[in-house]
Amino acid sequence: MTSLYDEVQAPPAEGVPTRRVTIKVNGDDRTVDVEPRLLLAHLLRQGLKLTGTHSGCDSSNCGACVILFDGRPIKSCTMLAVQADGHSLETVEGLASASELHPIQEGFKEEHGLQCGFCTPGMMLAAKALLEVNDDPTEDEIRWALSGNLCRCTGYQNIVKSVLWAAKKMRAEAN
Amino acid sequence: MYPSRFGYEAPKTMEEAIAILDKYAGEAKVLSGGQSLIPVIKLRFAAPEMLVDINGIPGLDYNRVDPDGSIHIGALCRHEDLENNELMEKHAPTIAAAAPLVSDPIVRTRGTFVGSVCHADPQGDWAATMTAMGGHIVAQGPKGTREIAMKDFVIGPFQNTLAYNEIAIEAVIPAPKGVRVGNYLKLERRVGDFATASVAVSLEMNGETVISAGIALASVGGRTIDATEAAQSLVGKKITPELIAEVAAAVAATAEPRTDHRGSSDYKRQIVKTFVSRILTGLATTSQKAA
Repeated sequence: MTSLYDEVQAPPAEGVPTRRVTIKVNGDDRTVDVEPRLLLAHLLRQGLKLTGTHSGCDSSNCGACVILFDGRPIKSCTMLAVQADGHSLETVEGLASASELHPIQEGFKEEHGLQCGFCTPGMMLAAKALLEVNDDPTEDEIRWALSGNLCRCTGYQNIVKSVLWAAKKMRAEAN
Repeated sequence: MYPSRFGYEAPKTMEEAIAILDKYAGEAKVLSGGQSLIPVIKLRFAAPEMLVDINGIPGLDYNRVDPDGSIHIGALCRHEDLENNELMEKHAPTIAAAAPLVSDPIVRTRGTFVGSVCHADPQGDWAATMTAMGGHIVAQGPKGTREIAMKDFVIGPFQNTLAYNEIAIEAVIPAPKGVRVGNYLKLERRVGDFATASVAVSLEMNGETVISAGIALASVGGRTIDATEAAQSLVGKKITPELIAEVAAAVAATAEPRTDHRGSSDYKRQIVKTFVSRILTGLATTSQKAA
């Protein structure tokens, strides 16, 4: 159980209502008490200690906080934690199994798709959402799908190559 | 950034949602996609006492064309639902053209068409599109529903005419009298940035003759600019290069752009003129081929 902005101020003052929500995070149901104003990105990072979801611009521009919400990519800095009640989330922590990297992670490793790595979780989840609807994207389609994610190392070339690599591997595995 | 404190309700019916809005008498806000509202409350430009989340109300996520040809977009239809959408490509080409240009692909999975129109941002793509297409909003309140024409709906920057206890439940574009053609062009420095200038054009054609014309502009003034009057010289005529030049100049004259880091006022007006001309030239070619 977690309440909210207990990192920036004391636990909610008396009389501040919280709501109990149950959210499926990477396959496991998590039940937490949250104040309505808690942002989903903050619940993940501070409440559930899933710090793979990054907070970049905090203003819906950069895409570092992208997660999958019922399978579709969203910016978790621009959604309230209470809105996720009853929904299913996937964060970067949900990509790899105990023994194996996800093909998208492998792609980023093989093609040097990350430099500082800050944008990488959001990039990988936006890429996963793309590959779920289009298993053989062109370079243009990848650039289009990732156009809501910024890489300040400007490593876009290799990010695109990484997604192409992952798509190829995932197609091979599916056959 | 985090918002100031507010209450939160997630009603399951529209009636419940309206009752909560009514109770809070102007201190409650409707939360649909949240892609404008949440940034605004994080920046503390707004501090509502109560958020009424309508995402749990079933049956609002539709976009459809009725047998009479009218287009209906429900309050929870997301921007991305209108992208690569065959119905829109066929019946509402201006919407089909604007959909992939709204914000960025991630924001489009959440943000809603109707919410964007209600937000009434002078930069908003959908308010301009709705204005050019002559659409209206269906609002539901405690006493039932009413229709509000776009020209009466947006009354200023970030201001609409909804009463505090009303919810915009649907956007409607009436059936065309002829064949609807149209396009949307937007100049932005990068995906997701505020636009430098945007132009929405929607025409109804009988063969090569224009029978109805609507044009609206975004990002070139303190509000969505309805340039439909400036487009009226198209009506009853074939689209010729001379007519295009005349209309493009008249539409550009209605823009009220301000000089800023995205360009000078003159530059933005020139963009409007170029976009109007480019769109009309394209539509003239299409209707020639079709006729």
